[in-house]
Amino acid sequence: MTVPATTAAPPARRSTRPNQYFRNMSAKIASIPMILTAVVIFAGGTLWTVLYSFTNSRLLPRMSFVGLDQYERLWAAPRWTVSIVNLGIYGIFSLIFSLVIGFLLAALMDQKIRFENTFRTIFLYPFALSFIVTGLVWQWILNPEFGIQSVIRSLGWSSFRFDPLYDPALVMYGILIAALWQGTGLVMCLMLAGLRGIDGEIWKASRIDGIPAWKTYLFIVIPMMRPVFITTLVIIASGIVKVYDLVVAQTSGGPGIASEVPAKYVYDYMFQAQNLGQGFAASTMMLLAVAIIIIPWAYLEFGGRKRG
Amino acid sequence: MMTRFRAAILAAGVVLPLGAAHATDLEVTHWWTSGGEAAAVAELAKAFDATGNKWVDGAIAGSGGTARPIMISRITGGDPMGATQFNHGRQAEELVQAGLMRDLTDVATAEKWKEVIRPASLLDACTIDGKIYCAPVNIHSWQWLWLSNAAFKTAGVEVPKTWDEYVAAAPALEKAGIVPLALGGQAWQSAGLFDVLLISLGGKDLYLKVYKDKDGETATGPEIAKIFKAADDARKMAKGSNVQDWNQATNLVITGKAGGQVMGDWAQGEFQLADQKAGTDYSCLPGLGMNGFLATAGDAFYFPLLKDEDKSKAQEALAKSLLDPATQVAFNLKKGSLPVRGDVDLNAANDCMKKGLDILAKGDVVQGTDELLSADIQKQKEDLFSEFFASTTMTVEDAQKRWAGIIASAE
Repeated sequence: MTVPATTAAPPARRSTRPNQYFRNMSAKIASIPMILTAVVIFAGGTLWTVLYSFTNSRLLPRMSFVGLDQYERLWAAPRWTVSIVNLGIYGIFSLIFSLVIGFLLAALMDQKIRFENTFRTIFLYPFALSFIVTGLVWQWILNPEFGIQSVIRSLGWSSFRFDPLYDPALVMYGILIAALWQGTGLVMCLMLAGLRGIDGEIWKASRIDGIPAWKTYLFIVIPMMRPVFITTLVIIASGIVKVYDLVVAQTSGGPGIASEVPAKYVYDYMFQAQNLGQGFAASTMMLLAVAIIIIPWAYLEFGGRKRG
Repeated sequence: MMTRFRAAILAAGVVLPLGAAHATDLEVTHWWTSGGEAAAVAELAKAFDATGNKWVDGAIAGSGGTARPIMISRITGGDPMGATQFNHGRQAEELVQAGLMRDLTDVATAEKWKEVIRPASLLDACTIDGKIYCAPVNIHSWQWLWLSNAAFKTAGVEVPKTWDEYVAAAPALEKAGIVPLALGGQAWQSAGLFDVLLISLGGKDLYLKVYKDKDGETATGPEIAKIFKAADDARKMAKGSNVQDWNQATNLVITGKAGGQVMGDWAQGEFQLADQKAGTDYSCLPGLGMNGFLATAGDAFYFPLLKDEDKSKAQEALAKSLLDPATQVAFNLKKGSLPVRGDVDLNAANDCMKKGLDILAKGDVVQGTDELLSADIQKQKEDLFSEFFASTTMTVEDAQKRWAGIIASAE
């Protein structure tokens, strides 16, 4: 979201022409609503939230500043620490696995196989489901009473145990399974589009040079697919930070607080605990974390290049 | 987006003059959506429609935790409903202080609420700065232990009469492959269980000392340590009840897969639906069979301040009809809760409900936690106890220290 803002500044070298700002008026007028929305709702709302995170607002916002109290309480709360660790686990694994699995599926799909359309539809289908439905489905599949565990047990392995959602040490991986099932199809499609964009001549050339296919993928095709990877990365990363509904549907944070995530902390404290200040402090921390990752990256990615 | 859409609908409603002049539509929001609850609400609607107005039902599914944020954002966002349910206590406190709620003192004086509502603490919870802001409709209490007679028969032990006997019977139940204590995974259930242990094992004074006076010394003291010890027993007994919702946990007791459950009197509705009979199929122990105190909690209706005069009049009519003796009986029999009026006849009540009425008549009641503690403190307690009851490594001492810290931060 900060990306357009950093790149939108018009180059200064053309300033000799007086009508610079009035060129393309209709396009500029047409984008006024979006600009207003971005400035007032996103930027304004963000500033307002950060400001009120320094107050002791309860159910209703009120301007009585308490300094960093909300943040001190936040970082002292075990549930918040657990949430951060969980988001870390979920984020790292979900990033790695959805990229690797997504790319592998796309590469396999790209071998000119028969029924490609059918397979593509099957793999993409879970993405059509909301996280709530996905969460409920996997809650049942992973439930020891009537899911995988009971099926395997009824086949004769009576000591078989597979109940990740009821084991605090494994619960995040249970959620990860559902997230990957839902999300890899989209990653696969993006990757496939990227692979199709690679010129066939490259493949011919590498074949003539006798380079094995895996090396071609790793050292030629993937570097050429950089823009696709970046798009995918942004989509996956924003999905990771805001993960909420999947957890609510699958475990509602349990067992105990073992699968809590930051977004859920924000919601619970803003609305259930009627403590806006605490919720705002938590959401400000989330924003800060995203900013720390995004800003240097956006700078490296877009800052060096001149747009013409 | 949604609010804009709603505002558009609202604007459309203002522009188009609505039909008949007398019958005023009043939207009432609540979170009573299960079978028995819906039937009970229908009684309230019937009584209100009989006054010549129209009840527009605004049920919000997904229990109070989901419904309350929606209600609050509608009131604070300038799109108030005609009336809304909250639990007795501090949930709507700030809305009242912000002047968003309507003062019902005239109606209350005219209808003599002060004299008929029992226990008086219910009305106190509605009173802020000497003015009455809500109409209580029922009493729910948490302090019940529901036991499956069949489960104890399978295990070959007597159905316990007290919490201590119950704990002692746990190994026998486990040996028979029965989970001794059913406990759902939702956080409020764990926190509720602890509060029940606190008042039932520790007594009224201890309960009030920590939750009302917020006494730090008591909170870290040996008396509370005993309660945490009992919570530790409960934690071990609850191992293996892999369910989320409270009614799924109740179902474990109904089917004899679990020995018992500590849950409020709303659980009784589930036993009734399953055609179980109090005394023969299941047993109930108010106050866990130890200290027979009930903490009164329950539901009340609040009325947002409206500009429309017709609607304000309809609000008065609704407040009156909610506390009408006939409505009270019809509603509470379906809901399984106790009426707020002491002067109504409840012959149709079953054994367990009668036990509750006796305790109420004796006056052995205390304020519920919703009245004593703010939503913020309640939430932190929930976080702590859901962690405690799911954990195998968290020590009793550690839990007590954190609990005392939460109590100390309460205002």
